[in-house]
Amino acid sequence: MGASVVAVLVFTILWGVVGIVLPFFVPKGPNRGILQLILILTAFTCWSFWLCCYMAQMNPFFGPKLERKTILMMAREWGNPIAP
Amino acid sequence: MGSLFRSEEMTLCQLFLQSEAAYACVSELGELGLVQFRDLNPDVNAFQRKFVNEVRRCDEMERKLRYLEKEIKKDGIPMLDTGESPEAPQPREMIDLEATFEKLENELREVNQNAEALKRNFLELTELKHILRKTQIFFDEAEHGGVVSQMADPNREEEQVTLLGEEGLRAGGQALKLGFVAGVILRERIPAFERMLWRACRGNVFLRQAEIETPLEDPSTGDQVFKSVFIIFFQGDQLKTRVKKICEGFRATLYPCPEAPADRREMAMGVMTRIEDLNTVLGQTQDHRHRVLVAAAKNIKNWFVKVRKIKAIYHTLNLFNLDVTQKCLIAECWVPVLDIETIQLALRRGTERSGSSVPPILNRMETFEDPPTYNRTNKFTKGFQALIDAYGVASYREMNPAPYTIITFPFLFAVMFGDTGHGMIMALFGGWMVLKEKPLAAKKSDNEIWNIFFGGRYIVFLMGLFSMYTGFIYNDFFSKSLNIFGTYWKVNYNWTTVSSLPSLQLDPNGTDYLQRPYPIGMDPVWQLSENKIVFLNSYKMKISIIFGVIHMIFGVVVGLWNHMYFKKRINVICDFIPQMIFLLFLFFYMVLLMFIKWIKYAPTNEEINGPYCAPSVLITFINMVLFKANVAPSEVCDPWMFSGQLGVQRALLILAVLCIPWMLFAKPFLLMRNMKSKMHQQLNNHGTENGDVEGGAGAVQQNAGTVQGGHKEEEQHDIGEIFVHQSIHTIEYVLGSVSHTASYLRLWALSLAHAQLSEVLWNMVMRNGLRYENWYGGVILWVVFALWAVLTVGILVLMEGLSAFLHTLRLHWVEFQSKFYMGAGYTFQPFSFEIILDSAQATVED
Repeated sequence: MGASVVAVLVFTILWGVVGIVLPFFVPKGPNRGILQLILILTAFTCWSFWLCCYMAQMNPFFGPKLERKTILMMAREWGNPIAP
Repeated sequence: MGSLFRSEEMTLCQLFLQSEAAYACVSELGELGLVQFRDLNPDVNAFQRKFVNEVRRCDEMERKLRYLEKEIKKDGIPMLDTGESPEAPQPREMIDLEATFEKLENELREVNQNAEALKRNFLELTELKHILRKTQIFFDEAEHGGVVSQMADPNREEEQVTLLGEEGLRAGGQALKLGFVAGVILRERIPAFERMLWRACRGNVFLRQAEIETPLEDPSTGDQVFKSVFIIFFQGDQLKTRVKKICEGFRATLYPCPEAPADRREMAMGVMTRIEDLNTVLGQTQDHRHRVLVAAAKNIKNWFVKVRKIKAIYHTLNLFNLDVTQKCLIAECWVPVLDIETIQLALRRGTERSGSSVPPILNRMETFEDPPTYNRTNKFTKGFQALIDAYGVASYREMNPAPYTIITFPFLFAVMFGDTGHGMIMALFGGWMVLKEKPLAAKKSDNEIWNIFFGGRYIVFLMGLFSMYTGFIYNDFFSKSLNIFGTYWKVNYNWTTVSSLPSLQLDPNGTDYLQRPYPIGMDPVWQLSENKIVFLNSYKMKISIIFGVIHMIFGVVVGLWNHMYFKKRINVICDFIPQMIFLLFLFFYMVLLMFIKWIKYAPTNEEINGPYCAPSVLITFINMVLFKANVAPSEVCDPWMFSGQLGVQRALLILAVLCIPWMLFAKPFLLMRNMKSKMHQQLNNHGTENGDVEGGAGAVQQNAGTVQGGHKEEEQHDIGEIFVHQSIHTIEYVLGSVSHTASYLRLWALSLAHAQLSEVLWNMVMRNGLRYENWYGGVILWVVFALWAVLTVGILVLMEGLSAFLHTLRLHWVEFQSKFYMGAGYTFQPFSFEIILDSAQATVED
């Protein structure tokens, strides 16, 4: 299990606030029910979409296959440069 | 309150209106737009109804107004449209309106007639003018050429004499007395006319013609036509009549043309002065017409509204029944229960306005009829409700899928359309329409495509926003990835390894991978890799199934709310529970397997839980359904994801399959038992009552018994129907769950296609623009970018967007709504001036 607790917590709390806390603060009125539903559904769909993407990458069975040029470029631009 | 979750509660009401107050009350109700009247005399022919006369008068007024409008449009006078809607006038004002329109119409017709006569006169004079001018040229030519040649050629005359003898001489002698007629003819008729003359007169006439350069106006149609002046020379009376007949046949107008040049000149002078006089008169007539129309244009929209309102009121009054005493009108109407108060207020206002002393009575009625479906929407929810209604109007008080669609529709769309860049374009477009809502709505465009976009502006906006989010998770921004958090994969190779191999695969089990995923979305490294499709397919297929199964489970749960609301416990037991078990035990179990696989198997684990040994979810599921055991790829591996999986799977499958007969037979069986027990009760009752010899009650019961006998056949029929219905329902559900689960794979397919297409577009087009350096590189980039941008918007945003939209629509209509939605209702169509006026406006514009 290679998950970062911080990332999971931050994202879960963020969408949890949208989907669970915010619905309580929707102003009263004829559209209260609809607005609550919108918030809950948005939070659920967005959170689960993120979660699936996160979990799919947690334990990758294989790594990315990279071309030589790409590797050299990655090494130069994204750290860990390769000296010839 | 008027939430969107279910349609409004409706009630059938009876309305008693005092005849003198009826008009005012209906007018108030029309302004309100919350009442749907029922036709109480459907058998009565439209021409025999009470207020047919008034309706006819309104039709007549509308015709006059349309005539006025046509004339106003012809003159291009702007019509004042304040957008306000005046109240329906009192019935007595109708006479004033009628008189006004009558006067205006007559005045206009008279002016038009005069103008036409004047124009005809003008046309004649202009034609005459042209004739005089053109014939002058002919005569001049004749004097210089023709006469001279005649004089200078005595030899030919001699020849003629010798050839034709006496007769020729006589003819030659007469040739000096040439007659002629002059006139004007349509230019396109000239060739035929000429041929006809030649044939009919055997070539013995001489035709000269000249075109009138400026087009002339045809007074009856107002068209511009081209004409020609002609002059025909001939000899003899016989030819003259013949020529005149031909001219008549070709609708040529002949004009007198004096022979002597002096007379012609004098006549031309006369014609010129008359034309000038006519011009001034014509100008004055036009001015008058213009003044009349400008005055009418100020009020015409207002008048239209008034007349249409009166007509609508009388139409509605025609639906009412007359009381026996002829003192009051009776109406039946569907009314939202929540609005009864407002309706009563409106009725009171109407009574006060009409000065009637008796208040109208609004009575609620009991009925077995299905009330209409009325969903109170606002500008935001309207578009989503329209998507649902396009499939079928919800049955009365049934769960309305529209509120859930507000989020699930844009979300499922975005799963297929996920690209932050494309989503941004869409969101900006939608946001612009939302922001500029009022001015854009006021424009009232006729463009159908624009109206569709504008009607769905909130849908477009939300679809754009969600696409931006899913694009961010997919890490696609115009097919490129953003490296916001820094990739979690590292290159640890040295120069010798890299230079010796054309490509290298990073090892997830080691220092190449940080052992925790990129925090939000896909790691950007995948965008650069050669095997990205393999990785993304496995991920996207899984999420398609996961969201599909959740969506369907949600649909079944909504069905449960329906059963509970309509208090159908039998449906909960016989439909909801087996359906839920079937879905959860088979398909949700598969979803769980996916999560287990994501968590349990890792490259860092020992072999048995490593990538090599990880069983395929799909194969496991297929084996489960086929009742087979999994096979491990090698000795070291465990074919199962958890211990006892085979037993659990078998139990789940057996239970799921048992649900099929449960769905199929439980409901018809229970219904049949209920009926039987009811019948038994009645039969028993019958027996005891029969024992009683005492009169009244027994006789009544006897009656009931015979009635019951009649019903029996019907019930058996019902049972058969229930069986057929239930089996169709079951088959549909069982087969549907399988095919619908597979159907959600379109989420993966379309998202893959979209991502690939945008990548191809970048590689084939945009990359070429980035290749060149120097100043011309900039120019090339400019051109290439333009092409890329056009293709991006045209193909990727518009066409792909449309395709993803249609697929999302299908997922909602078929996969989601089939789980609970009946859609057998009919819409509430209130009597509302707003709707009537809008539709009248629309038909006029068509």
